[in-house]
Amino acid sequence: MTQLTMAKSINEGLRRAMADDPKVLVIGEDIGKLGGVFRITDGLQAEFGADRVIDTPLAEAGIVGTAVGLAFRGYRPVVEIQFDGFVYPAFDQIVCQVAKLHYRTRGNVTMPITIRIPWAGGVGAAEHHSESPEAYFVHTSGLRVVAVSNPQDAYVMLRQAIASNDPVVYFEPKRLYHTKGEVDLGVDLADAPPMGLARVAREGTDVTLLTYGSQVGIALDAATAAEDDGVSIEVIDLRSISPVDYRTVTASVRKTGRVVVTHEAAREAGVGAELIASVTERCFHYLEAPPQRVTGHDIPYPPAKLEKHHLPDLDRILDAVDRVLDRPNSLTGVFEQ
Amino acid sequence: MTMTHTLTPTADLASGIEDVARLLTPDGERIADPDLDRWVEDVDASVLRGLYRDMVLVRRIDTEGVALQRQGQLALWPPCQGQEATQVGTARALRADDFAFPSYRETGVVHVRGAKPADFVLAWRGEEHSTYNPYEINTATQQIIIGAQSLHAVGYAMGIQRDGTDQVSVAYFGDGASSQGDVNEAMVFASSYRSPVVFVCVNNHWAISEPVTVQAKYPIAGRAPGFGIPSMRVDGNDVLACLAAMRWALDHARRGNGPAFIEAVTYRMGPHTTSDDPTRYRDKEEVETWRRRDPISRLEALLRAQGEFDDAFAASVEADADALAREVREAAMSATTREPLTMLDHVYAEPHSGIDEQRAWFGAYLDGFASAQAGAEEVAR
Repeated sequence: MTQLTMAKSINEGLRRAMADDPKVLVIGEDIGKLGGVFRITDGLQAEFGADRVIDTPLAEAGIVGTAVGLAFRGYRPVVEIQFDGFVYPAFDQIVCQVAKLHYRTRGNVTMPITIRIPWAGGVGAAEHHSESPEAYFVHTSGLRVVAVSNPQDAYVMLRQAIASNDPVVYFEPKRLYHTKGEVDLGVDLADAPPMGLARVAREGTDVTLLTYGSQVGIALDAATAAEDDGVSIEVIDLRSISPVDYRTVTASVRKTGRVVVTHEAAREAGVGAELIASVTERCFHYLEAPPQRVTGHDIPYPPAKLEKHHLPDLDRILDAVDRVLDRPNSLTGVFEQ
Repeated sequence: MTMTHTLTPTADLASGIEDVARLLTPDGERIADPDLDRWVEDVDASVLRGLYRDMVLVRRIDTEGVALQRQGQLALWPPCQGQEATQVGTARALRADDFAFPSYRETGVVHVRGAKPADFVLAWRGEEHSTYNPYEINTATQQIIIGAQSLHAVGYAMGIQRDGTDQVSVAYFGDGASSQGDVNEAMVFASSYRSPVVFVCVNNHWAISEPVTVQAKYPIAGRAPGFGIPSMRVDGNDVLACLAAMRWALDHARRGNGPAFIEAVTYRMGPHTTSDDPTRYRDKEEVETWRRRDPISRLEALLRAQGEFDDAFAASVEADADALAREVREAAMSATTREPLTMLDHVYAEPHSGIDEQRAWFGAYLDGFASAQAGAEEVAR
């Protein structure tokens, strides 16, 4: 075990994946000499050469589209999209090509492409640098979508994503890049929990709190705070948001009877909507209260100085916990739910 | 060219269809071209007869496709009539281990690469999204998204570079696609990395109802040099010129000199697809002009002048075309729709809990009808 930041654990994941498999290539803007704007690819070009750590022209459709061609040729491209809000020019290639080629060719062509996206807000960034576009990709069949919450998962799940013969959209919370944690770089990847498995990050009995990525830490803080109040929250780090590990989710909800979902992304047709619909279908008779969502507002991402009022925080989560427990909360007396 | 003065276009689209490199006149007369001649020095009568046979077969597949659609056997067909020389000439220049990325209209390219009769109809019938295994004929699935495959071809070429082989990757796309970001990005990437890729822009003059002048005010071949890519504008109805130009482009790429670009100027004689009505947007006169430039009769005229086209040859080509058409027709008529549950196959390469769950449910749901049917039969007895 060693203490690493998430940034370093992803860097190690890339390095070891490249060392183990000469077919693994890393492609993106400014990832060579600079090491990426977040330094995630730091040192990789020096170690593996410009043929395997490829600085690209500034064209996201081009990056993903050429990755498709490389995959056709038998390579395993790991694509870096510089910022979450820059992925949209590549949307057509991801949705119409990356996601569908295996299906279109009845399995003859595989697309083992990992699309890494520095993701979400809380870092005081300029417009287009704090977005949470995960629902677009969750909605697209043929893609797997994961969001990591800690250095160990970041390392293991990246290795698993690269090893997968399916395309994986891999979301890295920018605000956790410099958070340190214990990482076992010697972990046997075959023995490690598969990336599709959710993790019970904290056990509890009263409320199930479903979340992923950068919100996991906040959810755990909320659970700690609630404990003082006599409320036991079970926090589930989904890890994979497509597919969702409903076995773990439903086991928890059937135990607690109450569920809150939190994510940074806007509410409307977001991942939380899907989670609550599915939980309701599977656990309706176990539910003691209407499930609640704690999300970003349904607005374009606000200016940085206002983002703390946009992003779900500990208090907003606890307020939703009060709602599912039918305790006084922000909606009490405001309007009928 | 000095770059310190105002750069202005040196040609405009009004320079028209005659501003193309050519080895055969529309009347089939062999003319000299200093750039192209050396690439077809080895082309003798037997090669020409092979090209002729290819083009006739492609036209017959196309005619059969239209007929099958009209008879309700296919949902849709994108006719390629008029474009046979571009498709056959360029594709015949490829090596078997080169890799082509065609668009949906490249029936002739796919034929030359080795597609089987059923491969032409099962997708347009709606039985499959694609048929042949791309790795068996080194040809990607025909692309429907306009221009998307140009980037795949460049990526594939980047892979060739890393593997250190002398293969070449080829992107086929149309004049409409030349406006797409993907095509322009593909040229940037290919030029930047000097990747072994050949871009074949099939300028058939029409993107559904939009004439090429909506896409371009300057010959499309003129764009490539701006990306640092040498290009050639060739008569797309002259199969010999297409073969020669493609040999030039492939040689350029194969030698490690980076990408090359060909604009093949041809004409879509038919509708965009069988759902389209071109009489709403283009004149008969234009179509008639292009009918006089027909690629097949042009080569026939040359072969006749050379004394290489006789009744026996014509009859043998006709017999081949009849046989192929019959096979295409039989493939369409005998197609069977696969079991509904199979539509959940291959969404992912590896097990997926969401798909597994939906398959289990849908399978049980379908079985429910089967057992209800069995129950009803039991009662009837």
